[in-house]
Amino acid sequence: MNRFTKTFSRLRAENKKAFTAFFTVGNPDAETSLQLILKAIDAGADIIELGVPFSDPSADGPAIQASSQKALANGMTLAGALRIAREIRKKNATVPLVLFSYFNPLLQHGLERLATDAKAAGIDAMLVVDLPFEESGELTRFLRPRDIALIPLVSPATSNRRAKKILKDAQGFVYYVSVKGVTGVKNDRNDIGDIAAQVAALKEITPLPVLVGFGISTPDDAARIGQVADGIIVGSAFIRLTERHAGAALLEKTYSLARELKTAVG
Amino acid sequence: MNTHYGTYGGQYVAETLMPALEEIADAFDGALRDTAFQDELAALLADYVGRETPLYFARRLSARTGGAKIYLKREDLNHTGAHKVNNALGQALLAKRMGKTRLIAETGAGMHGVAAATAAALLGMPCEVFMGEEDVSRQSPNVERMRILGAKVVSVCAGSRTLKDAMNEALRDWVASFENTFYVIGTAAGPAPYPEIVKHFQSVIGAEARRQILEKENKLPAQVIACVGGGSNAIGIFSGFEADKNTALIGAEAAGRGLGTGQHAASLCGGSLGVLHGSKTFLLQDKDGQILDTYSISAGLDYPGVGPEHAHLRDTGRARYVPVTDDEALDAFNALAQFEGIIPALESSHAVAVALKNARALPCDESIVVCLSGRGDKDLAHIRRHAEQNKNQ
Repeated sequence: MNRFTKTFSRLRAENKKAFTAFFTVGNPDAETSLQLILKAIDAGADIIELGVPFSDPSADGPAIQASSQKALANGMTLAGALRIAREIRKKNATVPLVLFSYFNPLLQHGLERLATDAKAAGIDAMLVVDLPFEESGELTRFLRPRDIALIPLVSPATSNRRAKKILKDAQGFVYYVSVKGVTGVKNDRNDIGDIAAQVAALKEITPLPVLVGFGISTPDDAARIGQVADGIIVGSAFIRLTERHAGAALLEKTYSLARELKTAVG
Repeated sequence: MNTHYGTYGGQYVAETLMPALEEIADAFDGALRDTAFQDELAALLADYVGRETPLYFARRLSARTGGAKIYLKREDLNHTGAHKVNNALGQALLAKRMGKTRLIAETGAGMHGVAAATAAALLGMPCEVFMGEEDVSRQSPNVERMRILGAKVVSVCAGSRTLKDAMNEALRDWVASFENTFYVIGTAAGPAPYPEIVKHFQSVIGAEARRQILEKENKLPAQVIACVGGGSNAIGIFSGFEADKNTALIGAEAAGRGLGTGQHAASLCGGSLGVLHGSKTFLLQDKDGQILDTYSISAGLDYPGVGPEHAHLRDTGRARYVPVTDDEALDAFNALAQFEGIIPALESSHAVAVALKNARALPCDESIVVCLSGRGDKDLAHIRRHAEQNKNQ
């Protein structure tokens, strides 16, 4: 059993939902981002996404753009993100780690070398924002033999026919992008009916857990989505804390937000 | 339809945009088979844009080189002053056909932004143009033109504040708005089917130029030369001569202050394989895959990538790409103005520079066709500032 299977069976047994926290590694600096991740795990995060900074994050809103620029200015790289993954693994052997990146930094590392290095660092999955199903073969051929999942994204614009194709051999979990837009946008409360219907439709297609991301920032959002999906993904809300707080206060705020989200999602 | 060119091209975009690209590919496919669509575009190109554009024999410029005859394909004489309008009108008609009610565009030098704003005014659609803050300042006349045409110009402050950042911002808008909005991409880059669409709408340049040179010279040119940023005018004129194996196709890339200085925008001459803005192509990037800031005196060439088909044409040897520095482009700019009375865009001046160099090595019964992609009015203030800065250094 891999870390995803174990995590989701545990959650099912406890009758709980999955709470995934996203952090841009290197923001506000490498060491602090590691501490923030460890805090989120302490507070109950079930899955961690490690955001590799990219110079041209064209699918991200202002918060993640700014955090990426800051991380790059601090010298953060893909290799640095893998170093942070190894540090996390020294403290925690069970939380699934998702390497979250645009495709170009991965391509420059060399895809086969990436798969080997990621496995060694304890990475369980990758999520590549700009690598849709049609282009993903050149990466999955190196990930599959090493039991590293490529997390599929599905959006409200994805047709049922297309979702079937994307999810046919998918592993890990399904990332349902609940908003047509970039990361960090505000989720409209009234969309909850649509989200519920879409998640239900996806669960007809795949046995994988369906987690919802984009636009979830408050415990209130978490509670609403937790009612209709297998879990949530929260990123920009944690990034925004790094814009307003530093040092011990930042660690504390991150811990309490993670705690509240984990509690609220149910 | 072509989605890949050898190992280049593809659709490297967020999942949310995949259905939008599929919708455009289907609509484009339909438009190609619809004679009413073709007729409407052809009528606009004739009566509104002023096509066909002349192929002009630059007699004094050619005599100065003592070699081959230099012909200029006068895309600068199009309505709005550049080749960009060919594609902007085509895509805007496609948008209308799809029932879209709003246009967005990215722009570098502003010529594509002006062309998109023009098409939007003509078809009665609102238009937003994303433009890097740096380009807003160095191409201010075009910003004014877009505003007069009723478009909203969004100044983009992220990254290097040039064309690539404008394209990022346009993509961010589009992922949230594609249901009612058509993204009019101006260059031969971007995810499939855009490179194919841009090539199709710009291929009118090559089709006309081939017929015109045969009429005038009774034989094909030795070389066809065009500037390459993303490469839309180049792919348009190359397409007319692709099958003519004895005609060399040459792309002029912006070498800025020199390839060795790192301050340039020559993706094919000085870049490496990567993925940006939806396609796999040659990029200017560091070893970690972060996109580098580019530099060129010409805003329209100041882009770290290049259309994927150009990367393929280079690999197959069908086209070659050469670097041209700021100074060489400025010399060509002045030569064309003073010997022919034509003020070219700084972008097009890069192609003229290669023609001036290459003509010398060819006999005078051969010809070279240069795509004069745009006019230089927009560049005058920038050139004056550049000259003042150099004097002060």
